[in-house]
Amino acid sequence: MSAQEKSMSVSDEMMIEMNGVHKWYGQFHVLKNINLTVKRGERIVICGPSGSGKSTLIRCINRLEEHQQGEIIVEGTELTGNLKHIEQIRREVGMVFQHFNLFPHLTVMENCTLAPIWVRHMPKQEAEELAMNYLRQVKIPEQAEKFPGQLSGGQQQRAAIARSLCMRPKVMLFDEPTSALDPEMIKEVLDIMIELARDGMTMICVTHEMGFAKTVANRVIFMDGGEIIEQNEPEEFFANPKNERTQLFLSQILQH
Amino acid sequence: MQQQYEAGRHPDLPPPLVERGAVKWVRDNFFSNATSIVLTAVAVYFLYKVVPPFVEWAFVDAVWDAHHRNECRAKGEGACWAVLRARIAQFTYGFYPAHLYWRVNTAFVLLFIALAPLLFEHVPGRRYLLWFSLAYPVLAFFLLWGGLGLEPVESAKFGGFLLTIVIGVTGIIGSLPLGILLALGRRSRLLIVHTISVAFIEFVRGVPLITLLFIASTLLNYFLPPGTYFDLLLRVLIMVTLFASAYLAEVIRGGLAGIPKGQFEAADSLGLGYWKSMRLVILPQALHISIPNIVNTFIGLYKDTTLVVIVGLADPLGISRATLADSKWQGLSTEIYIAIAVFFFVSCFAMSRYSLYLEKKLHTGH
Ligand SMILES: Nc1ncnc2c1ncn2[C@@H]1O[C@H](COP(=O)(O)OP(=O)(O)O)[C@@H](O)[C@H]1O
Ligand SMILES: [Mg+2]
Repeated sequence: MSAQEKSMSVSDEMMIEMNGVHKWYGQFHVLKNINLTVKRGERIVICGPSGSGKSTLIRCINRLEEHQQGEIIVEGTELTGNLKHIEQIRREVGMVFQHFNLFPHLTVMENCTLAPIWVRHMPKQEAEELAMNYLRQVKIPEQAEKFPGQLSGGQQQRAAIARSLCMRPKVMLFDEPTSALDPEMIKEVLDIMIELARDGMTMICVTHEMGFAKTVANRVIFMDGGEIIEQNEPEEFFANPKNERTQLFLSQILQH
Repeated sequence: MQQQYEAGRHPDLPPPLVERGAVKWVRDNFFSNATSIVLTAVAVYFLYKVVPPFVEWAFVDAVWDAHHRNECRAKGEGACWAVLRARIAQFTYGFYPAHLYWRVNTAFVLLFIALAPLLFEHVPGRRYLLWFSLAYPVLAFFLLWGGLGLEPVESAKFGGFLLTIVIGVTGIIGSLPLGILLALGRRSRLLIVHTISVAFIEFVRGVPLITLLFIASTLLNYFLPPGTYFDLLLRVLIMVTLFASAYLAEVIRGGLAGIPKGQFEAADSLGLGYWKSMRLVILPQALHISIPNIVNTFIGLYKDTTLVVIVGLADPLGISRATLADSKWQGLSTEIYIAIAVFFFVSCFAMSRYSLYLEKKLHTGH
């Protein structure tokens, strides 16, 4: 995608706002003063060394983790202890996990229709048509009646993406979606994500796939030690990293 | 010699032939090595010593038709099954009024109709039958105890296998939902819910069932306002249910602990909310893992129903006491206990088979 193409879908509408967010695991200060805004249509890639708090950051956005200081506002609703608000936000925020987390006791189709039926109260038939559309989009319509255990890793991850999309989320969060996959399956998942980006989906991806970052991201964020160290447009970020920790990190991952 | 092929040109070959058939099976299973040969010989000798005499006693020389024990002994050397024929009604219904047996029989037949849609997926008209299953407990209550124009029958008249089945089925049906709630409660982050669940589970598990039954039959009178009448069978039903639910809670807790964190997170991230994610995602998997242990608990409960004889309820063991005390049938304990054992074995074996069937059916290849 060209730079122009990338910026085209971005609107001024604020999707996610994190202001001065801190989080601790017991005594361990895992997120430090995170300030991040994501506009509708924007695509953000987060990278950084293992244990730097990337997962924790995006998991705070749908309250899989609770932050202790600062504010997180998703689509105008602030995340607090209010369960109603949390569930409302979770309906609009899709998440794709490193280990897929498909429901093993349900078929791929049932995985996809579960939330539309039980959360959105969609009639079963309509939910199945919707699911079939998304399964076609991720190119596994023929796997609909299988159980997750019968699919390859790449197929499972694509099924998981379809499951998320079935809720028609406004934002998609990806937590290292390809790092549990065998090399030959990474591309099939990334292709789906690129297509999703082209369709204008707001995305936050934790990933070390730098090619993917260059192709779709409006902004790349580098985290280390629970802080956002540096963020920039991908061209600038990869060509001229400012902080030395960023430089070190990039030199390490671009080596292989 | 294996034939050699050029690299990349190795054809698909059929697997090597292996021996099959009965001879091989027998050899593998009974005569594969010295130990196995010795064990086989010992087993055959044992069977030879035990089976023929038993068959002779239980079938060949058995007496089915007699009015009392001495007549049996006069007629043949073997088992005196005549005692069962004479007392079959008592063993089945206890002291339930004879002209109302049809109500028990109806309730029993309907029980299977109510269970069918719960136990099996491919039952014709399952959707409608499930409503019947839901209504069944109420229906069975009125059939067995009377009311609504049916002649009332006191609990004290219940006995024999009827009593076993009433306690067993009520206990099983009541303890499963309660056990699930307790297991969830134990994992709850709400301090009060957690504490109550833990206290309940630990108390009930730490006390023998007999003690609970005694509490049910005597101690409760001290707590209840004087003059309240609280049916003994009802109290026993409650105690048995509570007892089994505490065990089930722990079994199910084990199942819940086996569910990866990612499943909870995926359900949460879809916005399912606590109850829906438990019901649709977590519990189906947790219960699936726990099936063998759940059924094990049920079998234990079912057999423990024999303990109610201690608080004076006439389950099959209670009836057999009465029968053995009768001068006409004295000394026939072997026959009676074998019959009771067969009854329990059939019920428990059916449960165990069903659990295997369910495990197989739910296996989805992960
Ligand atoms: N539930 C938890 N309890 C305690 N420490 C945790 C927990 N989850 C993560 N951590 C720690 O927080 C840090 C950041 O974790 P994470 O956000 O998963 O990092 P990343 O995704 O960048 O690899 C790590 O040091 C990790 O060990
Ligand atoms: Mg991570």
